[in-house]
Amino acid sequence: MLALFYIFIGVAIGVSFWQITRILNLRSSIANDEDNSKQGKYALLFLVFLYAMMIYCLIAMNIIMLPESASVEGEHDDILFDITFWLIGVVQFAMQFLIFYFTFKYRGNKNNKAKFYADSHKLEAIWTITPAVVLVVLIGYGLWQWNNVMDLSDEKDAIVIEVYSQQFRWDARYAGEDNMLGYGNVNFIKGINTMGVDMSDKNSQDDKQVTELYLPKGRKIHFKFRSQDVLHSAYMPHFRAQMNCVPGMVTEFGFTPKFTTEEMRLQSEVVDKSREINKIRKAKGEDPYEFDYLLLCNKICGASHYNMQMKITVVEQEEYDKWIAQQPTLSSVITQ
Amino acid sequence: MSEHHHKETFVTKYIFSQDHKMISKQFLITGIFMGVIALFMSMLFRLQLAWPEKSFTIIEAFLGNHQTDGIMNPDIYLALVTIHGTIMVFFVLTAGLSGTFSNLLIPLQLGARDMASGFLNMISYWLFFLSSVIMVISLFVEAGPASAGWTIYPPLSALPQAIPGSGAGMTLWLVSMAIFIASSLIGALNYIVTVLNLRTKGMKMTRMPLTIWAFFVTAMIGVVSFPVLLSAALLLIFDRSFGTSFYLSDIFISGEVLHYQGGSPVLFEHLFWFLGHPEVYIVLLPALGITSEIISTNSRKPIFGYRAMVMSIIAIAFLSTIVWGHHMFISGMNPFLGSVFTFTTLLIAIPSAVKAFNYVTTLWKGNLQLNPAMLFSIGLVSTFVTGGLTGLVLGDSALDINIHDTYFVVAHFHLVMGVSAIFGMYAGIYHWFPKMYGRLMNKVLGYWHFWITIICAYGVFWPMHFIGLAGLPRRYYTNTNFPMFDDIANINVLITIFAIVGGVAQILFLANFFISIYRGEKSSQNPWNSNTLEWTTPVEHIHGNWPGKLPEVHRWPYDYSKRVDPNDDDSDYLHGKDFVPQTTPLLEGEDSS
Repeated sequence: MLALFYIFIGVAIGVSFWQITRILNLRSSIANDEDNSKQGKYALLFLVFLYAMMIYCLIAMNIIMLPESASVEGEHDDILFDITFWLIGVVQFAMQFLIFYFTFKYRGNKNNKAKFYADSHKLEAIWTITPAVVLVVLIGYGLWQWNNVMDLSDEKDAIVIEVYSQQFRWDARYAGEDNMLGYGNVNFIKGINTMGVDMSDKNSQDDKQVTELYLPKGRKIHFKFRSQDVLHSAYMPHFRAQMNCVPGMVTEFGFTPKFTTEEMRLQSEVVDKSREINKIRKAKGEDPYEFDYLLLCNKICGASHYNMQMKITVVEQEEYDKWIAQQPTLSSVITQ
Repeated sequence: MSEHHHKETFVTKYIFSQDHKMISKQFLITGIFMGVIALFMSMLFRLQLAWPEKSFTIIEAFLGNHQTDGIMNPDIYLALVTIHGTIMVFFVLTAGLSGTFSNLLIPLQLGARDMASGFLNMISYWLFFLSSVIMVISLFVEAGPASAGWTIYPPLSALPQAIPGSGAGMTLWLVSMAIFIASSLIGALNYIVTVLNLRTKGMKMTRMPLTIWAFFVTAMIGVVSFPVLLSAALLLIFDRSFGTSFYLSDIFISGEVLHYQGGSPVLFEHLFWFLGHPEVYIVLLPALGITSEIISTNSRKPIFGYRAMVMSIIAIAFLSTIVWGHHMFISGMNPFLGSVFTFTTLLIAIPSAVKAFNYVTTLWKGNLQLNPAMLFSIGLVSTFVTGGLTGLVLGDSALDINIHDTYFVVAHFHLVMGVSAIFGMYAGIYHWFPKMYGRLMNKVLGYWHFWITIICAYGVFWPMHFIGLAGLPRRYYTNTNFPMFDDIANINVLITIFAIVGGVAQILFLANFFISIYRGEKSSQNPWNSNTLEWTTPVEHIHGNWPGKLPEVHRWPYDYSKRVDPNDDDSDYLHGKDFVPQTTPLLEGEDSS
């Protein structure tokens, strides 16, 4: 691949020099009919290239895209995305056709005359009102969904989990039996109390600090995010979830996992994607890949920004109960 | 004006010139120089993204102590993307584009002797030059230049403990930008005053070419929003150097708690994007103005819907100042604000759509003279549509959650503002080169330049959308730590090849530009048979632009192919040729559009 790349550079430079010296001796500057005719045809060729590339990418790169939403709340995101994507896809293909086809069709010629056509209120009304109507639909659906996702007010049954970020790692804290997180602040960071939890707060006692997220399927999870140093962003693409972690404040997001990790591994899109990935990994002699949910950092945060991740495992409720029971409470770990 | 021939020295003519035409050329050359640096940086980090573990001699040669055996370090990767963004957005597409063409065209197309204040205009350029020098110097700071992203969000940009580039590199960045903003403001005020006061007789606002409308409105957005960035930068300087806590609170880093209390990074984000979003239009509107003029001239047709185009420019400018929050949907601000910003953001699609449709209608039934400038303008319409449409996805807060800060965003804004604005700039250069240098650029090189550039632009940015939809975050030094992204390695290689071919192809432009200054074909007074006033000035530059009296304007600038019988396309041209300069008086009974 590298050799190919050097060849490309070589060819590009070679062509440049050859063309530049040759062409600069031709003193031609203003397009004549011959140029118009040629460039018009190139515009048509370019249209073919553009269509081919757009269609190729749409088909061939379908496999690398994220699988269907693994959260209940994300379902409508996927629907809204599909609607928007089809809509802009149709407009894109139509507009590119018009732009380059007109360039070809109306390429200049001495014998032609342009049409003097300065205005048409009717046409302009059409292309002001049509986008406006379409937008009302998109905005309406979008805002409805946004409120759906962002509204965390009446979630009595939700599991509260704090996700804690620092350069360059993630930790998490489960709220424990009382489902209430104890107060946290950087001033309390000391020794193994790495998340700065105030141990004099009674809500802190039963909190549980972990390095990997376990989530039960079908329960609403109410995340609270903190950061101790710079901005980070907790990005969980499979759940259509993301929220910045901001030092000095607590931010929130919530979703309900829909598939366990095991179920997701059997999902057809995931199976296909994993197979492709493993072909590549095998060729490089690397261990096979198995699907896992991930939390990635998605806000530039420093040198190792590119390697700040946490595994998320979604399990059935019973398994989750077993797992959470095994985790030690903060009061048993941190002695004041 | 022409009475007092004061003697010009080399210094007053070429260096501390107060002539808008010379200042425009100074902006352009400085912008091109900065553009080459930023483009080269992008090629370096594209190498890293395509072949993260490969050693490159070129990286060893250019990155000094920021590389190990020809592989760049993660810190310098972030610095490269930061400086690439900063230079491209501000130094190339704001100063290089607006500075060049506002300066050149506002007096010439309005029939003015010069800018309202030649002295301030000169100051504006030299402040820009100074800020460019400081930005370039910052590249040589030992710990590396600013590397917190071009958006320089604190705390990362405020704390040298968090990233080495936030030390001296960031200080220089802030100083450079503060000076840059001063330059921009002085320039913008000058543009506004000139447009309002120095229009020649008959040049009503409604007869101004769309270029001038675009520059005028752009200058107004700049005056409204740049000061906010200046205050944001000043507060950041206070936080960094004087211990205030505007943006910082509750920070524990390198084993200690810092003293900052009560500030919020979200405040910075608000202040930054209050400029940052209008900035997109500061970059784009001049390009759209230039394109309107060039498409109309080369289609030999009036621009379709002049009034609608002016209204769209104003509507876009107004809306652009109330949409900044769409960069912050998931910043932790109140979700209700997210709803408001979604609404205003998607509204911008309407005037944008009007502009796109009007361009296409202008092409329809034209007699297209496919000069390089015209091709770049058509290319702009194409990339503006492609990039603009994905804005419907990103502007919708619910959808933004999952693609925020991924490569989908990178693809979107590069197409809609990066490539589009650069195309507008190229179009402007090819079109007005004869006005600047009295010579024409070579068209064959221009054609090569255009086709290679547009193919590569699409080759880079179209596949990039899909990488984003795979969930790949931007600003990752490498994605090899995530097996789930292993299947996009090949796409990254493809993108890099397109990027490098496209980047290297800009040599065609550079060669054409610099050689044509000296060897290009001599231009006639009005090479493109255009209606606007700048083509009534002599080819050789003179102080005061017109030798005798200022020209008088009698009509709008778009009377191309006007007929004897407006309803009969086969009838003869009303004035005997397919263009009617603005200085031509109306015939008796002629309909003034």
